[in-house]
Amino acid sequence: MVFAERPRLAEGLRAYGLIVMMWLRSTMAYRASFAMTAFGNFAATAFDFVTILLMFSHVDALGGYTLPEVALLYGASGTAFGLADLLLGSMDRLGRRVRDGTLDTLLVRPVPVLAQVAADRFALRRVGRIVQGLLVLGYALVTLDIEWTLLKAAMIPVMLLSGTAIFAAVFVTGAAFQFLAQDAAEVQNSFTYGGNTLLQYPPTIFAKDLVRGVTFVVPLAFVNWLPALYVLGREYPVGLPDWVAFLPPVVAGLCLLPAGAAWRMGLRAYRSTGS
Amino acid sequence: MRLYAVVAAGGFRRYATYRTATAAGVFTNTVFGFILAYTYTALWDERPQLGGYDMSEALTYVWLGQALLTTCAMMGGGFEDELIERIRTGDVAVDLYRPIDLQLWWLAGDLGRAAFHLLGRGIVPLLVGALAFDLALPSEPLSWLAFLVSVTLGVVVSFAIRYLVALSAFWLLDGAGAAQMAWLAGMFFSGMLLPLTLFPGVLGEVARALPWSSLLQVPADVFLGKHTGWGLVEAYGFQAGWAVALLLVGRAVQSVATRRVVVQGG
Repeated sequence: MVFAERPRLAEGLRAYGLIVMMWLRSTMAYRASFAMTAFGNFAATAFDFVTILLMFSHVDALGGYTLPEVALLYGASGTAFGLADLLLGSMDRLGRRVRDGTLDTLLVRPVPVLAQVAADRFALRRVGRIVQGLLVLGYALVTLDIEWTLLKAAMIPVMLLSGTAIFAAVFVTGAAFQFLAQDAAEVQNSFTYGGNTLLQYPPTIFAKDLVRGVTFVVPLAFVNWLPALYVLGREYPVGLPDWVAFLPPVVAGLCLLPAGAAWRMGLRAYRSTGS
Repeated sequence: MRLYAVVAAGGFRRYATYRTATAAGVFTNTVFGFILAYTYTALWDERPQLGGYDMSEALTYVWLGQALLTTCAMMGGGFEDELIERIRTGDVAVDLYRPIDLQLWWLAGDLGRAAFHLLGRGIVPLLVGALAFDLALPSEPLSWLAFLVSVTLGVVVSFAIRYLVALSAFWLLDGAGAAQMAWLAGMFFSGMLLPLTLFPGVLGEVARALPWSSLLQVPADVFLGKHTGWGLVEAYGFQAGWAVALLLVGRAVQSVATRRVVVQGG
């Protein structure tokens, strides 16, 4: 009963923190195993960038963008996605939990279900992906020839944090969808991993309708394309005013609202399989 | 023989029951197909004839990759998790008493799985790709048949690699690390990220000689008519050679491993 008196959000965050700490302690019981899996995570994502390097061994520019410019897009999206994946990546197991009935045990605990599902099996090895993204981002920032202003410099951390929030909204929405279609974790992958892959390349190489789709429908373009193009001083292919580049925090907030609503709807519609 | 046919049919039916998962997989393969197709278009716009492919051949390569991703289990998935679990729990001891060949048993099941994935997750993405892009599809029915033979050989090579990965659990107990390494090598060296003909110098030569090139690079080249006549026989020989070699290594490792089980007392 003590729990109910606290604000729901604070309670959720506290529970999330406690469960994460528990998994961290269990991870650190096998340090060598953790080091290996974190390295594996790093190497797995590094192959994406190796592919881009191989491409640039044949060409000087891809869609009019040089390697450091692509590296900026890649590093920003990779880091933001990695952070969201670290915080909420376990949520794609929700479909399995619904199928095998283990979700029921979470429902009877006096702790927000979202916090429990998100923190479940918290996988610290996913920092491998974040490190990889940050390294590529660092390479981009060192090699790019940009006239830095305060606004442009501030854009980098804002972009990473808003991007994380946008990807987080996608993770939560995807998990909510799994209440309906329990076997459809892969649909979520198309928006998370697929979105991340898409954003690692310049928008100029994609069809205009696709660019419009990820700008206005699923606003992934606000993760990195729009803010990064402002930093690089480039035009956005479907013609938007410059100030749109400053919207990512607003868009992130607007994405989290429907994601939360979808989650609550999914949870309410949930019927146990009884197994 | 009849027994293994039944096991293969079981493997097919087992995956056919996951209808939502199959639809979701088709959706994902199609989304990735589009993203990759656009990046390849940008690349081949700059450098036509890169790696010996023209634009429509390169785009065909993309969609073949999506069609074969689960068929040839390039990212793993399939029987190996189950076998690793049976080794870890010791249930594998029961399997060894059965009057069957353990390796052929799992191979039959995996062939059934691959057949389902080719039909269930292969055809639709390739069809969508062909509608959205100008693909280089063979007009000769015989070329399609030649492709199917190459894909089958690719599945056997993929199986043989994953069987070895699973057997490593006899020593490591937890097969997760080995499975991850195999998954990484499979993604990179099958040509899934970029055709192996684009890999520079020695890296390219090594990549094309490794068994993983049987999973996508060779079947795709057969599909695109890059291997004809004796070249086709050579391509098959390359795949079959790796398949036989890896299956034999699997047998040798298995007999060492089973002796170990006996020593442990089961």
